Amino acid sequence: MRLDVIIRVSIKVLLPFILMFGLYVQFHGDYGPGGGFQAGVVAAATVILYAIIFGLAPTKRIIPPLMVEIMIPLGVLIFAGVGVVGLLVGESYLNYSVLAHDQIHGQEWGIFLVEAGVFVTVAGTMVAIFYAFTGRGRS
Amino acid sequence: MIGENLPALQVILPLFGAIIAALVRRGDIAWLVTLVTGVATLMVAFALLVKVLAGGPISYEIGDWVPPIGIEYRVDVINAYVLVLVSVIAAVILPYARTSIALEIREERRAWFYTMYLLCLCGLTGITITGDAFNAFVFLEVSSLSTYTMIALGRDRRALIAAYQYLIMGTIGATFYVIGVGLLLVMTGTLNLVDLSTRLVEVESTRTVSAALAFIVVGISLKLALFPLHVWLPNAYAYAPSVATVFLAATATKVAVYLLLRFLFSVFGAHFAFGQLVLTPMLLLLSVAAMFGASIVAAFQNNLKRMLAYSSVAQIGYVTLGIALATATGLTGGIVHLFNHAITKAALFLVLGIVFYCAATVRVEDLAGLGRRLPVTMAGFVVAGLSLIGVPGTAGFISKWYLVAAALEKGWWWLAVLVVASSLIAVIYVGRVVEVLWFRAPTETVAAVRDPPTVMVATAWLMVAATVYFGIDTNLTAGVASLAADSLLQGPQ
Repeated sequence: MRLDVIIRVSIKVLLPFILMFGLYVQFHGDYGPGGGFQAGVVAAATVILYAIIFGLAPTKRIIPPLMVEIMIPLGVLIFAGVGVVGLLVGESYLNYSVLAHDQIHGQEWGIFLVEAGVFVTVAGTMVAIFYAFTGRGRS
Repeated sequence: MIGENLPALQVILPLFGAIIAALVRRGDIAWLVTLVTGVATLMVAFALLVKVLAGGPISYEIGDWVPPIGIEYRVDVINAYVLVLVSVIAAVILPYARTSIALEIREERRAWFYTMYLLCLCGLTGITITGDAFNAFVFLEVSSLSTYTMIALGRDRRALIAAYQYLIMGTIGATFYVIGVGLLLVMTGTLNLVDLSTRLVEVESTRTVSAALAFIVVGISLKLALFPLHVWLPNAYAYAPSVATVFLAATATKVAVYLLLRFLFSVFGAHFAFGQLVLTPMLLLLSVAAMFGASIVAAFQNNLKRMLAYSSVAQIGYVTLGIALATATGLTGGIVHLFNHAITKAALFLVLGIVFYCAATVRVEDLAGLGRRLPVTMAGFVVAGLSLIGVPGTAGFISKWYLVAAALEKGWWWLAVLVVASSLIAVIYVGRVVEVLWFRAPTETVAAVRDPPTVMVATAWLMVAATVYFGIDTNLTAGVASLAADSLLQGPQ
């Protein structure tokens, strides 16, 4: 791969835009197609693409496997934890209306935070699966 | 505040426990988290049962969205009873789990095992407590996916194949279930179980609703391992880690039976499922086939875990037999057998876990004379085995008594004979093991096995004692079961 200058340079140019597109899909999910799952997959794709071009070892220096394995439960914690806010202020579990001054903004915040949790878990899981497959037979 | 939110806590406590267990990453700490969560979940389940027995069904609106639009958690006698069963088993086996898991699973995977254990608990309580057909499907998948992982964590490489086999079968079952639910949604426009039951009355003569019932019954039957759909079960139970086997054998199929009961009696109604459609002869035939077929296969197994797994398929036959009868006594028998079989099988698999811990094998020919080497542990096997057969004074007797009584009530004396006759096959497969364990001289390897840890023996004996206790005092089990049977037979409320 060392000689493939074109691929290496063009991927380096492309990667930030792919990640940016992932974040666009994430934050625009409120108004159009998109959301945490799709955005998480796109974000994970940047990591996987980087690993394909530059190798597994440099990738694992940037995104360590430990971090990936923490991301998986962390996203679920965000998702489930947002629901607990409703419980703590005396309403039902998953009641997002309490998150802001009125119901509509509360629900919007709820969905926003939950989608952030989905993003973290999905991105983590995708990379973890990739690491698990590529790591076979090496360690 | 806590009192009102008990239904939500029942599900989110294990969920948060699972997350924390995954985040701490150390086996010992994850175990501690699991223990605390398990005990808390059990207390919630008991509190719910007490509340329901005192004040009738509880409804909880998730996110304060009013049902039938929002998801409703609905607790009545029958699911409070199942919740207690699941949480009791999950909590009681935890002290045992620590030692057993430490032997059978590598350190870096232990925390993940506990995560999956708690996720499975979350899924099972979720299926039981929810009053929404699609939400039940989601929890069915949560419990199934975590189960596949737990099975695959078994030490034997065949555990991977067993988990894969279960994955395929379980996915087919869940798909059938969701197709059935989809058909119901098309016909009624609702997913709430109570709402479904009222709206189904108008359209129940349509072919779509009959097809929905067929899909749902077959789908759930795959999950509960009704006779010809049981092929995933023996391997899954045989190669999973001992603790996972105990937990799954005692809870997973029972929760699936609960879901079947809920759909047949509360949603479709007994008059439709058993009156207009021919469910009774079909279920009856399959139940009897399970009682005999699986018992006979069990008698030929050399691997004790496989033997007990086939016996589980046979015992599920007794439960579905009670459902097929669709009378108060029959249903009571079926529901009480859920509990009695759960504690009996848990006791037996706990003992086998100890055997594996000490002797590193559960093949019957390697265990000659083990009863003389580990008398206390193996005496537990004998007592729980008696309960499996249904000897008076043990829990197994109570449920079979109700089943025989229900058969005689209907005037089907031949069915009563079949129930007793199939128990005789249980005598053969339990007796064969007892003969090898106690009446043969210990081999050198058996004489050299190490002593079992006290906490494991104590847990196993706690469960064995329960099989005897619930064979004598039936107020809690049969009492609640008959309440549940009555409320089911009243149909949709």
